[in-house]
Amino acid sequence: MKVPVSVTVNGATHAVEVEPRLLLVHFLRETLGLTGTNVGCDTSQCGSCTVLIDGEAVKSCTVLAVQADGRQVTTIEGLAQNGKLHPLQEAFWEKHGLQCGFCTPGMIMTAVDLLARNPNPTEAEVRHGLEGNLCRCTGYQNIVAAVQHAAARMKG
Amino acid sequence: MATIFGTPVKRREDPRLLTGQARYTDDMVEPGMVHMAVVRSPYAHARIRRIDTSRAAKMPGVLAIYTGKDMQAAGMGNMPCAWVVPNSDAKTPPYPAIAVDTVRYVGNAVAVVVATDRYLARDAADAVQVDYDPLPVVVDAVKATEAGAPQLHAEAPKNLAFHWKVSGGDVEAAFKQADVVVKDTIVNQRLVPNAMEPRAALAKYDAATDEVTLWVTSQNPHIVRFLLGLTTGIPENRVRVVAPEVGGGFGSKIPHYPEDAMAVFASKMVGRPVKWTETRSENYKATIHGRDHVQEVELAATKDGTILALRAKVWANLGAYLSTASTGVPTILHGLMLSGVYTIKNIHEDVYGVFTNTTPVDAYRGAGRPEATFLVERMVDLLARELSMDPVEVRRKNLIPPFTDGYAVATGLVYDSGNYQAALDKALQLADYQGLRKQQAEARAAGRIMGIGVCTYAEICGLGPSSVAGAVGFGGGLWESAIVRFHPSGKVSVMVGVSPHGQGEETTFAQIVSSELGVPIEDVQVVHGDTAQTPMGWGTYGSRTTAVGGGALAQAARKVKEKARAVAAHLLEASVEDIDYADGKFFVKGSPSKAKTIQDVCLMANVAWNLPKGMEPGLEASAFFDPPNFVYPFGAHIAVVEIDPDTYEVKLAKYVAVDDCGKVINPMIVEGQIHGGIVQGVGQALWEGARYDDQGQLLTGSMMDYAVPKAEHFPRFELGATETPTTVNALGVKGIGETGTIASTPTVYNAVMDALAPFKVKKVDMPLTPERIWRAIRDAQGS
Repeated sequence: MKVPVSVTVNGATHAVEVEPRLLLVHFLRETLGLTGTNVGCDTSQCGSCTVLIDGEAVKSCTVLAVQADGRQVTTIEGLAQNGKLHPLQEAFWEKHGLQCGFCTPGMIMTAVDLLARNPNPTEAEVRHGLEGNLCRCTGYQNIVAAVQHAAARMKG
Repeated sequence: MATIFGTPVKRREDPRLLTGQARYTDDMVEPGMVHMAVVRSPYAHARIRRIDTSRAAKMPGVLAIYTGKDMQAAGMGNMPCAWVVPNSDAKTPPYPAIAVDTVRYVGNAVAVVVATDRYLARDAADAVQVDYDPLPVVVDAVKATEAGAPQLHAEAPKNLAFHWKVSGGDVEAAFKQADVVVKDTIVNQRLVPNAMEPRAALAKYDAATDEVTLWVTSQNPHIVRFLLGLTTGIPENRVRVVAPEVGGGFGSKIPHYPEDAMAVFASKMVGRPVKWTETRSENYKATIHGRDHVQEVELAATKDGTILALRAKVWANLGAYLSTASTGVPTILHGLMLSGVYTIKNIHEDVYGVFTNTTPVDAYRGAGRPEATFLVERMVDLLARELSMDPVEVRRKNLIPPFTDGYAVATGLVYDSGNYQAALDKALQLADYQGLRKQQAEARAAGRIMGIGVCTYAEICGLGPSSVAGAVGFGGGLWESAIVRFHPSGKVSVMVGVSPHGQGEETTFAQIVSSELGVPIEDVQVVHGDTAQTPMGWGTYGSRTTAVGGGALAQAARKVKEKARAVAAHLLEASVEDIDYADGKFFVKGSPSKAKTIQDVCLMANVAWNLPKGMEPGLEASAFFDPPNFVYPFGAHIAVVEIDPDTYEVKLAKYVAVDDCGKVINPMIVEGQIHGGIVQGVGQALWEGARYDDQGQLLTGSMMDYAVPKAEHFPRFELGATETPTTVNALGVKGIGETGTIASTPTVYNAVMDALAPFKVKKVDMPLTPERIWRAIRDAQGS
């Protein structure tokens, strides 16, 4: 029994019918083909699937697609504007904040939310703010540096 | 242009990864694609009495259900073990992709379901009914070898997969001469690799041509193709294996896994592309684990701290079956490194490889070398404590003196180059070691629990000479290959057999080509990971990608340069010997103004209007590089920890790492490798550990129960470097992918033990959780 939903993703509204049990992350990846958002676990620990719902960082593996009905979702694909990378994307590139790249979309979306709430975080605040996102490659040092670098740049 | 080598060029792979455009295996969609789910055993050891698929088969979307018997009937082969260590009485019991009559670990595949949708496949898998007759279970490697223990394989009495030995010098005599002997039983616990991308496989079989394409999360697609030919019977030249974007591996994506063969089989049977993607909980059970050693160790020394001999007996838990490279890890990659960075003349080790009812164990970042380094570095610290010497002084006393032209250790290896004193001195200086000891004295006086840990290490990587691979029982070669192809426009494609998955070689390899041939780095495209597009290579593991693959690439680039020089000589009407090269330009000696650029030469070579008589057209070269030796990076790490006196939680307060990987191509990438390695190694010391109950149930079966380190657990690391080039490859480079993991576990462990010294605690098993530290303090004070 499918149910209708209308979800706005990266500015485009999609009115479709979905299984009530369909996870938002699978809606994004398989229904819409937006595969930038990754699935790294099944217990909401890793944060690879983090997207913004109405501007707030949310693990999309823990949300049903029907719960996103009528809401605004931003994924990593929607972050760069007119071909210009978001300052966080630039900073992750500049500071070598990624290696295999699998956690990166979730890490960046979390950082977008973090900087929206705290535009000038200390190193400790960044480290604490990323506690819901796991990375097995970078040792976090350059991720933390990238978030602080982006914060400085976004303040202008 | 030559300055590109050695500079922190931003990574060329990043834009696609930063924007969500990268395509990992699970992102792939093929027309008509269906999904596979695996039914797995909830028992660690049981006979399969009956598999009833009737209910599942009627569920919506289900196309087919297959069991181990179906695969066998179709002529599918068993999973091959690609490393059989010689002179070790090795046993290789059959390892069917899907269990046929017996399951031997929780997670062992019992059946697969193919359905039109990911969710429906899972639903049906849960509806497959399997009747089991449970059998006795053994999970501990030492217990598994004892009389009366449950037996896993009829082919392997006492559950012994092998008994391997390494010996050098006269250990017995040395122990007799010793003033002091220190002993310990070290548990190097089992770890779960946790690459952030779970495994996945997408198989597309074409019946008309009997060809198959497998997109798979692999570190070595050419090896998977080679082995898939054996498991599926499809000739290797009709198998294409593609490792697209791969989200980390750390060794866990080396093996040829049962699911690779299952997906190919299922695609062949249903006639549609079949995708399987692991859940994380499935990953904990079905993807290989790492480490899991019990080591009984004795170290003999004189009273001035000179180490005379090392003797060890190791039980290496291999899990229920032999994974692709598993037997090489606790033997060749571990036992041969027991001299560490020290002049230990007498060494003996017995290693027992043991089957247990647990997930198969194979290579995990460092693979054998962390187990060796921890063993040696722990014993050196115990010796220091026994003699009331500073751990730095004991190390200094025993370090191998600086060498550039090979140093033979007692285990038979010849290290390539090293200057261990220099690395240690630099680390001590960076950390202000004397200052730290002063701080520690003050901290202790104030009732704080502070510790300082030191580790000096060398490791064997850049695997390796193929003749050695053959001699130690590895079922393949370990050379690498590269093709450098100049297109008419002067743009370059580089095809390599290695398969990086996060290490950044699309950038460092472009730097190599740019530096060798003077083309802008933007003009170099690096292609890897697809057996249809790349020359044969043995893959990315053992910190070999740059040391061996980069070596092959440098050779190919130099071949191109020699041909280009001949073309330039012809165009400049000079003899080849009179042609000089600088920054991408060829010119007659002394006349740099009249030059032919590499692009001029490339165009002429490709259009072939005017080439030297008899020269073949085109500007392209292929090279194979089989290194004459391994490479041995080294370094010294220092950690400072502080333990909360109320909760006994360990806080890593400071971490200094000085590593020497020879010549550095991209320092930014090298530092990133070290950062990540440190965190993984610290994870083992402080938080990580896979635990089974005595019935073989994995108690740490998800990320909820297993502590993968987080950002807030760490201070900012302080890195330093020394540079001791190798002569093993054309570039002077050594591997850096595993050093952090190898060094940081003993460094942090030693720091915690140093912190606990005033409490008379000598030993706590890893991970050093607050509970274990509290118990150790309580026990030590009670006794």
